[in-house]
Amino acid sequence: MSTAPLLEVTDLVVEVDNGKRILPVLDGVTFSVDAGRTLGLVGESGCGKSMTALAIMGLLPQGFRVKSGDIKLDGKSLLSMGPDALRKLRGSVMSMVFQEPMTSLNPVFTVGDQIGEALRLHEHLNAADARTRAIEMLRAVQIPAPEERVDNYPHQLSGGMRQRVMIAMALACRPRLLICDEPTTALDVTVQAQIFSLLETLQKEMGTSIILITHDLGAVAEMADDVAVLYAGKRAEAGPVATILDNPSHPYTRGLMSCTPRLRLGSAALTPGHTLAEVRGMVPPLGQFEAGCRFSPRCPMADAHCHAAPPPDVHLGASQTVLCWKVTQEQAA
Amino acid sequence: MTNLKQPLVFLAQSVGLALAVVVLNFLLIQLAPGDPVSVIVGEMGGASEEVIAQMRAAYGLDKSVLEQLLIYVSKVAVGDLGYSYYHNSPVLQLIMQRLPATVLLALSALTLAVVLGTLVGVLSARKPHGLLSSFVTVVSLIGYAAPVFWTGLMLLLLFSAIWPIFPTSGMVQMRAPKGFMYYVDVAHHLVLPAVTLASIYIASYSRLSRTSMIDVLSQDYIRTARAKGLPEGKVVYKHGLRNGLIPVVTMVGLQFGQLFAGATLVETVFNWPGLGRLAFESILRRDYPTILGILLMTSILVMVANALTDLAYRLVDPRIRSKRA
Repeated sequence: MSTAPLLEVTDLVVEVDNGKRILPVLDGVTFSVDAGRTLGLVGESGCGKSMTALAIMGLLPQGFRVKSGDIKLDGKSLLSMGPDALRKLRGSVMSMVFQEPMTSLNPVFTVGDQIGEALRLHEHLNAADARTRAIEMLRAVQIPAPEERVDNYPHQLSGGMRQRVMIAMALACRPRLLICDEPTTALDVTVQAQIFSLLETLQKEMGTSIILITHDLGAVAEMADDVAVLYAGKRAEAGPVATILDNPSHPYTRGLMSCTPRLRLGSAALTPGHTLAEVRGMVPPLGQFEAGCRFSPRCPMADAHCHAAPPPDVHLGASQTVLCWKVTQEQAA
Repeated sequence: MTNLKQPLVFLAQSVGLALAVVVLNFLLIQLAPGDPVSVIVGEMGGASEEVIAQMRAAYGLDKSVLEQLLIYVSKVAVGDLGYSYYHNSPVLQLIMQRLPATVLLALSALTLAVVLGTLVGVLSARKPHGLLSSFVTVVSLIGYAAPVFWTGLMLLLLFSAIWPIFPTSGMVQMRAPKGFMYYVDVAHHLVLPAVTLASIYIASYSRLSRTSMIDVLSQDYIRTARAKGLPEGKVVYKHGLRNGLIPVVTMVGLQFGQLFAGATLVETVFNWPGLGRLAFESILRRDYPTILGILLMTSILVMVANALTDLAYRLVDPRIRSKRA
């Protein structure tokens, strides 16, 4: 890729003020997304995936703030933009699909109203045109009988349908960047596959870049071109999907992969008696990170050095980056 | 089919309820001590046994309770609420004279309470820990805790005696002006009673809408609205308020009955010529037909109000619309 990336997140530091102390949430997160490509943002709950997304959208909850670093969309810094300028980008140039389709739609407005709202706001369509476009969008997300569904209220739709509506809403203004925050976590497995293939189809059609936030490496393998693994607010590993999945270099990435049955294990997953691995322990709560490598308390390979000092970013090959002492030592050896 | 069935069921329920109200009130009044004839005779300055018996017969009070009840119910069924013992005029006519004043007072107070309470509640919900929010909480709790008659008297003291900008009592001046000025005069008289009556309810509406809006503003769909790029005003007043109003509408329906009870007190304090004062006076006079008529009329008003609330509820919440349709 020779062209400049659509989205560039550089050294992003986000902290939260809980009234007593200021705690770090994201600590130097860096990644970029090229036009028309998909980035998988991976990690357990509490690693900062959603906060990264909200920071990009400018929707961080109260008490959270970006301390340093930069977020550039199309070369323009989103952080130095005024709130109103940023608001105008939301829903038109960049938009977001949330995890919970059951609660993310407003129960008192029809889905047509909710899809059309962004169009009326950003493209100044009148009510009739917005409705027509809403029906087109419902058809695009493969909702049957869109002319009738457009007048439905969210409670009249199933979870999968609601998530399709969310996608229709997010894509209504043909954004350049779509952030999907665990879009299928709340849905049936069969519906998950449908939503992913729908996203792929729409991406091809519109050329939208996607950030797919998930803890499911299987989904990343299917959907993403690149992947960034977050752990405790830091980027543990990043690179092209093929490289990372073939050669996971961070112990955390390896741990996550061994937790995903349909990935890499191949037929072994289906063999009776094969036990699924787990990554021991839990993500540490905010503000209780290890002085050294944040993963070291859970790392099977950690030694005294890992516990003592934070590791540097190491480049493996052209495109893979790893945050691990072990890799550094291997390289030095 | 279902569209026709629903109002019919509602109508049948309402008639049954009204009948129950009539019977229950009639029997309750029989339990109360005192006798209308002795009150009238007392005001006349005494009468012979013969005259008293004659009066009992004239009012039908010599019949058995069951007989009296059957007569009353059959008359009420055709819209005859009887004759006032005291005023010597049909009860229905008496009620209709007083009804507009009470409805005016109650609706003004309710509107004031709902609009002001909700507005203040929403504003304080946007900054739940701000100064306005604490101020609202304290003031509304005082309004809620203070007895209505005390609030009324204090307002009278402040705005009619110390700083006399409002009249002390009544609904119009002794020499009522004509035309448009008549309405201005009524509005002028209405201010203090309506504010007094509203003071109890402003508290509940501001607290309710504050809590409801704080809850609504933390919902996922509010984040969705922001993610769409909507300006903050639209997020709060379109996506938020439409949902935050649902409990407020419920409360309006529930409070209609209480509103008439509160109106009785306010009407007494401000000498407002409404149903509440008529009820109060009629109880003192043992004017049974009038009391019964007023109770029935207020019950019907509450039923109508509840029906309207139900309708309003469907307008604001589509989930209810489809569930019952």
